[in-house]
Amino acid sequence: MKSESEHQQQTQADTSHQSENKAADIQQEVGATIGQPFVKQPKMQARHVDVFYGEKQAIYDVSLDLGKNEVVALIGPSGCGKSTFLRCMNRMNDTIPICRVSGMITLDDEDIYAEDMDPVLLRARVGMVFQKPNPFPKSIYDNVAYGARLHGLAFNKAELDEIVITSLQKAGLFDEVRDRLHEPGTGLSGGQQQRLCIARTIAVSPEVILMDEPASALDPIATAIIEELIDELRQNYTIAIVTHSMQQAARVSQRTAYFHLGKLVEIGATNQIFTNPLHELTENYITGRFG
Amino acid sequence: MDATTLLVVITTLSLLGYVLGRQRSIKVAANHGGQRKLHSLPKYYGYMVSLWTGLPALVLLVFWLIFEPGIINSMLLAELPAEMSALSENKLSLVMNDLQLLAESGRIKAETDPVKRSAAETLVGLENRSQLVRNILIFSVALAGTIWSLSRIRVHTRARVFVERIIRYLLILCSLVAILTTIGIVLSVLFESLRFFKSVPLTDFMFGTKWSPQTAIRADQIGSSGTFGAIPLFAGTLLISAIALIIAVPTGLMSAIYLSEYASSSFRAFAKPLLEILAGIPTVVYGFFAALTVAPFIRNLGETIGLDVASESALATGIVMGIMIIPFVSSLSDDVISAVPKAMRDAAYGMGATQSETIRQVLIPAALPGIVGGILLAASRAIGETMIVVMAAGLAANLTANPLQAVTTVTVQIVTLLTGDQEFDSPKTLAAFALGLMLFITTLVLNVIALHIVRKYREQYE
Repeated sequence: MKSESEHQQQTQADTSHQSENKAADIQQEVGATIGQPFVKQPKMQARHVDVFYGEKQAIYDVSLDLGKNEVVALIGPSGCGKSTFLRCMNRMNDTIPICRVSGMITLDDEDIYAEDMDPVLLRARVGMVFQKPNPFPKSIYDNVAYGARLHGLAFNKAELDEIVITSLQKAGLFDEVRDRLHEPGTGLSGGQQQRLCIARTIAVSPEVILMDEPASALDPIATAIIEELIDELRQNYTIAIVTHSMQQAARVSQRTAYFHLGKLVEIGATNQIFTNPLHELTENYITGRFG
Repeated sequence: MDATTLLVVITTLSLLGYVLGRQRSIKVAANHGGQRKLHSLPKYYGYMVSLWTGLPALVLLVFWLIFEPGIINSMLLAELPAEMSALSENKLSLVMNDLQLLAESGRIKAETDPVKRSAAETLVGLENRSQLVRNILIFSVALAGTIWSLSRIRVHTRARVFVERIIRYLLILCSLVAILTTIGIVLSVLFESLRFFKSVPLTDFMFGTKWSPQTAIRADQIGSSGTFGAIPLFAGTLLISAIALIIAVPTGLMSAIYLSEYASSSFRAFAKPLLEILAGIPTVVYGFFAALTVAPFIRNLGETIGLDVASESALATGIVMGIMIIPFVSSLSDDVISAVPKAMRDAAYGMGATQSETIRQVLIPAALPGIVGGILLAASRAIGETMIVVMAAGLAANLTANPLQAVTTVTVQIVTLLTGDQEFDSPKTLAAFALGLMLFITTLVLNVIALHIVRKYREQYE
């Protein structure tokens, strides 16, 4: 693919100064972004990411880190590119033929757009939860077991059962569905379906979980349950969450990134962003003046 | 004035009614403070008047045309002299036909038989009177409709509601046409079949294994007693259809998967219509292809490897029929696979599934109802297919499961039974209706099963 070869050159150019002085890099790489895009213990790093849909550029030079065991909220008005950026982090954009990504994104210092990186294996390490609950038209059990079976994580039925049950427990769904594991997952309520999708994602033991407005289709009670769940999941995973609800961002995240028209305007500690934003656009957005 | 002229007159009156109704509504509205006060747009008042003018007159005309001949006949019968009306039913209808011809020919004066001449004259008189009454009646109905509906136009007259109700009735009528025709076909086939089953027992037909429909035309004819065991025909049909499905289902499904998931959009735009053209090739052309190309090829191929292949083998017919039904499977499957929501694909890719895993484990199961529907549609098409088998399959009713031998099918037998000079009340010709009924029931059952499967899966997957 075109993007890959382009990307290869970018990678080679970048590797030299990547490994050297980090503090100097930060100054250089911040570009137009205000705040602290980088952290001490990064799990994933994005540097100078541009995304194009055909001729149209959707993301402009975005650089940020996702730290270990932290929840980063991506906020911003509709169409600002936050979902697009999220989908770059596990190469879901590969499924869109006209989409082209340049810049560098690493997972544990491994370039995820490198030639020898298999997107299939990458997505097992960087899981994704979507806006609309999308359980497979299979039983609850098979939904959760799907990834484990796919990646050969279980060698026998007992191990598979174990994976399914722990995943459902971690997603806080097990007690509600323990009697009907073999009924279709599509028969659950919206909130339960979304937790099923989360259980399905954590069943493959990813390192990072990307959530694209996971609660936007849910009622407030189901939303509260999901938010609690995200907070618990932080103990074991790195999480990036796209959300339209600023309260949600404030409740679940440690850092917040504000996107505007494809650019990362400001990123910083969540309470700082919400109490004392540095950029005017951020302030306008969080005070509800537009967006 | 004949019926056609009358029709033209009614149409003209309706058009006139439209103009009058529209104008009248505008005038009424003007008297009540503008068009905004009118319940419906002026054109609806036009339509309303037009409908009131045309519809009752048309309905009357239709009824008149249906019942007129019967009534005139019975009136004429009453006028006929006793020696004529006392004739037997068959002869009487002959006489009536005769008189009708005479009256239409306009050569009554040349007729020599005075009885016939006077009868024909009576007939002409009756017909003329009927036409006059009809024309006056219909014209006045149309006119009355116009005047009455014009007089009914007020600002609050619900013309739009009326027009829309009439349109709804029209739609119902149109859907009834299809349903009633189907019922009519079923009933006619059913009654002929019942006649057949009077001479041949149902069990012999259903479970007999020998099909030899030659019945004796003369009493002294030997060796043509006729046995009507339908098993070999259905076995042949099933054999050929099974071969066709074995060819069509994998090919169609896989091409659908390629087209919907792997092919570039430009290739798809070019290949999909091309594949659908296969469905547009006349089956008689497929028949040539099967009989002249595929069948000899398979026979020669069989000879080279030492197999005895009939030149009208079920295999050759089945293969060509399979090619014919590929588009049914592929086009429908392609549509349903493409219609699987993107969320399902995202979910699978997001879990780290490869493209082929996504297709096998997510897309195909989700699209299964549509795929099954497509396959069953293809199956009923294969079972009912006639032209290919008439040209390429055999006539001998062999009961065999060997695809290298010639078999015959239900449709082939129906064609052979009904072509040529036949009496229409011998078991031989009536057998065609019984076969048709069985065929109809088979495809009906197949469709019911298809619907059931589709519904069952749909519940599960939504």
